[in-house]
Amino acid sequence: MATIHIDGEPHETRDGENLLQAVLEAGVDLPYFCWHPELGSVGACRQCAVKQFNGPDDKRGRIVMACMTPATEGAIISVSDPEAKEFRGEVVEWLMTNHPHDCPVCEEGGECHLQDMTVMTGHRARRYRFEKRTHRNQDLGPFVKHEMNRCISCYRCVRFYRDYAGGQDLAAFASHNNMYFGRAESGTLESPFAGNLIEVCPTGVFTDKQFSKTYSRKWDMRGAPSVCAHCSVGCNTIVNERAGTVRRTINRYNDEVNRYFLCDRGRYGHGYANADTRIRVVGQLIDGVHHQVPSQAAISHFATFAEDGPVIGIGSARASLETNYALRSLVGAAQFSTGLAEPAHGLTLLAADILRTTPAHTPSLHDVEQCDAVFMLGEDALSTAPRLGLSMRQATRHASFLNADRNRIPRWMDASVRMMGQDFISPLMIATPAATGLDDCAVLTQHAAPDDLARLGFAVAHLIDEAAPAVPGLTEAESTVAGRIAEALLAADKPLVVSGTQLGSAALMQAAASIAAALMVRGKPAALSLVLPDANSMGVALMGGLSLDAVCDMARDGKVGTLIVAEADLTRQLAPERVEALLGQVRHFVLIDHSESPLIERAELVLPAAPITHSGGTMVNMEGRAQRFLPVAFPEGPVEVSWRWLRDFAESIGQDDRMAWQTLDDVVAAIARELTVFARIGEAAPSEQYMLESGHIRSQTARVSGRTAIRSHISVRDQPVPPMPDSPLSPTMEGTYSTSMPGALVPYYHAPGWNSEQSLNRFQQEIGGPMRGGYPGVRLVDAAEAVWSSAHYSTDLPETFAPRDGSILLLPESRIFGSEELSALAPAIAERAEPAVVRMAGDGPSEVTLTLDGIRHRLPVLRDDSLPPGLAFYPAHMTLRAFAAPVWVSLETAEALA
Amino acid sequence: MIGIIRTLWLTFLHLFHKNDTVPYPETKPYLSPRYRGRIILSRDPNGEERCVACNLCAAACPVDCISLQKGEKDGRWYPEFFQINFSRCIFCGFCEEACPTYAIQLTPDFEMSEYVRQNLVYEKQDLLISGTGKYPDYSFYNVSGLAIPGKDKGEAEREAAPIDIHALLP
Repeated sequence: MATIHIDGEPHETRDGENLLQAVLEAGVDLPYFCWHPELGSVGACRQCAVKQFNGPDDKRGRIVMACMTPATEGAIISVSDPEAKEFRGEVVEWLMTNHPHDCPVCEEGGECHLQDMTVMTGHRARRYRFEKRTHRNQDLGPFVKHEMNRCISCYRCVRFYRDYAGGQDLAAFASHNNMYFGRAESGTLESPFAGNLIEVCPTGVFTDKQFSKTYSRKWDMRGAPSVCAHCSVGCNTIVNERAGTVRRTINRYNDEVNRYFLCDRGRYGHGYANADTRIRVVGQLIDGVHHQVPSQAAISHFATFAEDGPVIGIGSARASLETNYALRSLVGAAQFSTGLAEPAHGLTLLAADILRTTPAHTPSLHDVEQCDAVFMLGEDALSTAPRLGLSMRQATRHASFLNADRNRIPRWMDASVRMMGQDFISPLMIATPAATGLDDCAVLTQHAAPDDLARLGFAVAHLIDEAAPAVPGLTEAESTVAGRIAEALLAADKPLVVSGTQLGSAALMQAAASIAAALMVRGKPAALSLVLPDANSMGVALMGGLSLDAVCDMARDGKVGTLIVAEADLTRQLAPERVEALLGQVRHFVLIDHSESPLIERAELVLPAAPITHSGGTMVNMEGRAQRFLPVAFPEGPVEVSWRWLRDFAESIGQDDRMAWQTLDDVVAAIARELTVFARIGEAAPSEQYMLESGHIRSQTARVSGRTAIRSHISVRDQPVPPMPDSPLSPTMEGTYSTSMPGALVPYYHAPGWNSEQSLNRFQQEIGGPMRGGYPGVRLVDAAEAVWSSAHYSTDLPETFAPRDGSILLLPESRIFGSEELSALAPAIAERAEPAVVRMAGDGPSEVTLTLDGIRHRLPVLRDDSLPPGLAFYPAHMTLRAFAAPVWVSLETAEALA
Repeated sequence: MIGIIRTLWLTFLHLFHKNDTVPYPETKPYLSPRYRGRIILSRDPNGEERCVACNLCAAACPVDCISLQKGEKDGRWYPEFFQINFSRCIFCGFCEEACPTYAIQLTPDFEMSEYVRQNLVYEKQDLLISGTGKYPDYSFYNVSGLAIPGKDKGEAEREAAPIDIHALLP
């Protein structure tokens, strides 16, 4: 701790801070542009000038850049010094000489850091009467819009895109007044984190192209805290709504999870909530055609189904915990399925089991960033959990920070730390079947078949701890690689092992668990991260249930009267003929979902569910963190959150005594009571009764417009806004708001004078620290009490992979855009998704015909020499819906067929 | 007593004063061009809609009676719909003050009575006039940096030609 004096007031600061951070943490307004809490300082914009004095006797002082000056004990600075103020005013005036007269037609207007800072410095009128420089824009793809005229050359975009996210195709061109930030030529930004440029850019150079299509000012939109539903990381988001449609998703800061950045799948995946594929009416199959029926009719229809034999429920890893629990309560635990077929079912349960029994720590994303050696085994985390990939990239910087510490350079001094640290790279070691997007920062890459990768993993574990089983028959090359990996992990202070379910291999996850456990045995505080397929996979795994294969068997034995499927698309889990067989063997089939799937044709009853933007609930991410999402839009017409449909079903068959839930809180309480593993989920977020300073937190801003006009074309009479179901937030502008509200309830960021998301610094206890109001979610799985002995090492070592003649092992490739179920329905993601191709090594044919599930698929081939022979990659779920696990397929070339 | 006679006298004198009332609607009073009556949306000198759907009028409106949605065509922003609920409007003129493009203007017309309240909701086609209103020469896109059809980058007032980033000269 150090004490500094800001304008005569003493303030406590943390060690190693710069003056800008100290000033902001002290609650004083100081304008800045190029500094970013996650990117550090470079002193490019000269905006945060303050006056520093040598001591009490120094009356003259000197102007310093606050972001480049360490806050030292006893420092005396003045923010309000007239000379410093004038300096800042001149800097902003100079930055504004070329800024166009665009604000009314700029998407950033109203939440623009440049607007805020200009007002903060007091610059009002442009005195410069000469010409403004102009630039031509580029088409940067479906996500990001480019308007270079607005640029103030703060360099944040390239610092984020190149230095932080490892992108290659955005750069700074030309010099002085001509500075241009863009690509070498027009084209889609390649980085999957390009959407963050929108939030990183302090002005309107990079704006949200999708949001622009249904644009609304920040002050006009309702906001609600949400959780990303498009991978198992569980990034926190704020979803914005206006006039009943979801408009955009932006980052919501959670100091332990996603912090300042999101991936583009999360940012643009919400499009499914507005898409035409949404189910909005209750449908009943009458004479082979779906007819719209009233909700009550459908519910009483279900009651007649229920009398016709046992009811089986199929839950889903993309549905909330509440929905899965309601289904489980309705049908009974023995009749509840996870909605996952083998091997995904077994792997998901295994992952939960490993995390509960491993002695290693399960890291949050922020913990991953602190690790100093990472071994990614058999999982392309950048595609299955993109935000985790970004965190792993940051972990490679650890050595450069230590180097900076040795040379007494503060870690926020970004340019110096990076320049000095070029040769100090913490090891990232990647063992996957093919090249990944993280290879550029990896010190070691090993490409092999899943079984060989697992053997490599077990070999590493054995090298670290002798007690782990040895792997027979390793080649010399493999032993060398294993030796290097083991050495690097042992040399680290905080090693991390990452694996997951992508390749459908239990051995891979066991090998990763063995390595982490072996490191713990050797006294290293190891971390183990397992990537799961869906947003709530961990929740479903902790709840448990039958696999879909077991449900198929029950159906075959005639033990299923009615099948209820809640928010699951069985065609992504089971091959077409198995789906056909299952649905043929059940007497009644009820589907509750929010988006159309191929199953909808077959369902006798289709009930419209609310997607997560329209409902409240809890999801458990891959580290076992339960997080609450809240509704931002009212469910339309008969649309209801799935658990309410299931509750109504229970009532119709006379089970209402157990499921008489009225609110989300009732369900959460019931889950916590019944299932001990979820005992703490109530702590994920405050309850619906929560009040801040004796009022509900408002979900609209105080300046929301058009309240008496927005629905006047329907009726000129004003209608009161109904309460938002399942939410502690007030649905209108009436309510309370403060910077100390719980992190799980933040509907939008705003502080006086700070209209952009940079106002976040007012909501944090310290820059980059926890939210003032707390609530980062609650961790359900903690390995603290796990008892470990060497008997726990998995001895289930796979054989060496042997290629087969005339066949290849087809592995599921996870695509950032297009593989995930819900985001693939979003128009923006669909536009960004590239066509499906078979990736194979060697100079093969340009097309192959693969026979899968008895169907011949003719598919284009892309040469990828990083793959070992005998293996091929094909995107999961894209054209072959049920393809999610490796399969041997017979291979015919197109030429051979002709 | 004197008071009563005085009042009668004064009332009698009024017989010879000029009338303050006018036989409205046959005779209409003069209203200045700055009078704050019925709201219109104007067009720029080229006949294009001036409104760029920036939402500032809606934000300035103290009774929140303006609602619109931004649309975009060839780089030009325009309102997809623009509705004013005149049954709420208090004719304060804040919207006109807030408008950065002189699109929304108040006119000296106040005769807007309706028997059906719903008819007081004006849509864009009811608001949009074919002229420029009080500001004949102003065109927002001539002073803003966005490129629109007929006005490329660098062609607005006080704008330099676009930078050639491939040029080697500093």
